[in-house]
Amino acid sequence: MLWEALTLQAGYNAALVAVGAGLLGTAAGAAGTFLFLRKRALVSDAISHATLPGVALAFMVMVAFGGDGRWLPGLLLGSALSAGLGLLAVQWISDRTRLNEDAAIGAILSSFFGLGVVLLTVIQTMSSGRQAGIEDFLLGATAGMLMSEATTIAVGGGLAVAATLLLRRPMTVVAFDPGYAAASGIDVRRIDLATMALVLAVTIIGLKVVGLILIVALLIIPPVAARFWSERAGHVATIAGVIGGVSGYLGAAISASAPDLPTGPIVVLVAFAVFCLSLAFAPGRGVLAAFLRHRRFQRRVHLRQGLLALAQGQPVLERYTLRLLARAGLARGDGVPTEAGRAQAARALRDEARWSEARKLHAHETAAGRYDGLTPIEAVLTPDEIRELDRRIGAPHAVTP
Amino acid sequence: MKAIKLAASEGRAVHPAGEGALVVRGLTVSYGEAPAVFSADLTVPEGSMTAIVGPNGAGKSTLLKAALGVTPRLSGQAHFFGEPLGQVRRRVAYVPQRASVDWDFPTRVLDVVLMGLWRDLGLLRPVRARHRQAALDALARVGMADLSDRQIGQLSGGQQQRVFLARSLAQGADLYLLDEPFAGVDAATERAIIDVLKALRDEGRTVVAVHHDLSTVADYFDRVALMNVRVITEGPVADAFTREALQEAYGGRLATVQIDQLRLGAT
Repeated sequence: MLWEALTLQAGYNAALVAVGAGLLGTAAGAAGTFLFLRKRALVSDAISHATLPGVALAFMVMVAFGGDGRWLPGLLLGSALSAGLGLLAVQWISDRTRLNEDAAIGAILSSFFGLGVVLLTVIQTMSSGRQAGIEDFLLGATAGMLMSEATTIAVGGGLAVAATLLLRRPMTVVAFDPGYAAASGIDVRRIDLATMALVLAVTIIGLKVVGLILIVALLIIPPVAARFWSERAGHVATIAGVIGGVSGYLGAAISASAPDLPTGPIVVLVAFAVFCLSLAFAPGRGVLAAFLRHRRFQRRVHLRQGLLALAQGQPVLERYTLRLLARAGLARGDGVPTEAGRAQAARALRDEARWSEARKLHAHETAAGRYDGLTPIEAVLTPDEIRELDRRIGAPHAVTP
Repeated sequence: MKAIKLAASEGRAVHPAGEGALVVRGLTVSYGEAPAVFSADLTVPEGSMTAIVGPNGAGKSTLLKAALGVTPRLSGQAHFFGEPLGQVRRRVAYVPQRASVDWDFPTRVLDVVLMGLWRDLGLLRPVRARHRQAALDALARVGMADLSDRQIGQLSGGQQQRVFLARSLAQGADLYLLDEPFAGVDAATERAIIDVLKALRDEGRTVVAVHHDLSTVADYFDRVALMNVRVITEGPVADAFTREALQEAYGGRLATVQIDQLRLGAT
């Protein structure tokens, strides 16, 4: 069943839902990247929670006019209106008062959500039975989704991806250096507003699939995971789009494979798994890579210190240093240097002497700034510069055991 | 609101754009009630190198930002080459304070410099070889060509400042407005930056820098504007960088001994 869902063989509807969720995830990851880079990730939480009263009110209005309360475009319109209102409220509070954005988000998020829950309760007492489906907006449910709904989600996701692609340059400049952006003619407020509109669009498209409580995860987890893999904003957005897309697709497929499995939590858990893998194994910024880098650095420091100690005829005291020297064949277990060890020790000492001479010379000021006790001076100065240093130091000294 | 009334009550006639690369008239900026910059006038002739000098909190950076429209102004005008900024943006480059951005941002040195070409690239035009070459040329001018692939988080403070300068060079502007370009940079970088700025001036371009090291004002710049919320004096260093003006700008914060050690204009 799961395999069939994954390979789009679980029926046309399930396939469409999975593709739609994938496109939604791509849009969320890409748009979310610019929110994350602008350091306003939490705004998406305010936006998504502020959709609930809109959904409930739209339902009530549609029922009051004798229509079907569950008509999706109507519900989405209501959610967009109340989310926009919440966003404006956050903006207004942080612009006009001394409160910062965090505080404004906290206040608006909980108030709007509270109002939404109250309205949901009213709906339940008002017309039992017909409200079924409204709660699905909290956690998302793709089971029994209508074809037209799935198409709406897929098209909306595609449009959001296109809009993100169009705005990626100004959004990057604004996120990195808003002052420069403003001075070079980018309307920072308008770009920020466009970013928010994108996030709002993704949130609303995602209500039915992921639900309003967890859509924030689909906007934020993919960029944060993608950040481990790249040092370029454009690539981070692309990778985040891929991670979001895969999460959405897999999440929808998995939840379609078993009855009553809510889609939102599954999508988020898939995204979180990718995040954990990235955190652990990404080269460069990953935890494992950082650990290995640290160990390698530590070994180099110990070896260098050991060699310098040998060169100066001092005893090597640390056991880890001794073990490293012995393993490299530079010293015996008792700390007496081997032939190779004596040669390398002499070279290390020579390098130190060159460095200390270079530091005294004004001409090598920049190069001397790169001294870290490990980099050989050949990596920094040219051979003729080093010959000049050697001339100042004098003849090399042999190392005696 | 109070500040608006004060500025208005000065009854200053706001001149239309005069001569000069940058002409500021009656500029007032306020965060809250107290003005950070009050009714500032500044005239920067083309081809000059001007230092904006004053104590901490004197509104030096704010003056630049307000002239560029980065910070909203309460009153006053700024004209660039006789036009409002919107008409001549391409000719004006801004180098913000290095500390104003997050250097862990995922971007490479070359990408930051390419941001200087953003007006040419627009939303969708692809980055072509000539854009990349322009960015690399700008990096070469500040001695950073070798580091173009580096992630910006790995740069030293001086290198960060050079990248910011390169971004403005790539833009090919005629007026450069720099906010504290020498703050927290090493001696070699300071020399490299001042060499580039002087070369720009020698090409007939105009440089304005917020500066805080009084001892180098006379060596680096040919004009100075001393300010402390108001602009106290402005003009050639020989005329404007005087003991009286310094004392007025800094008050008791600058000991007489310190002033004695400076190369000053005529007193």
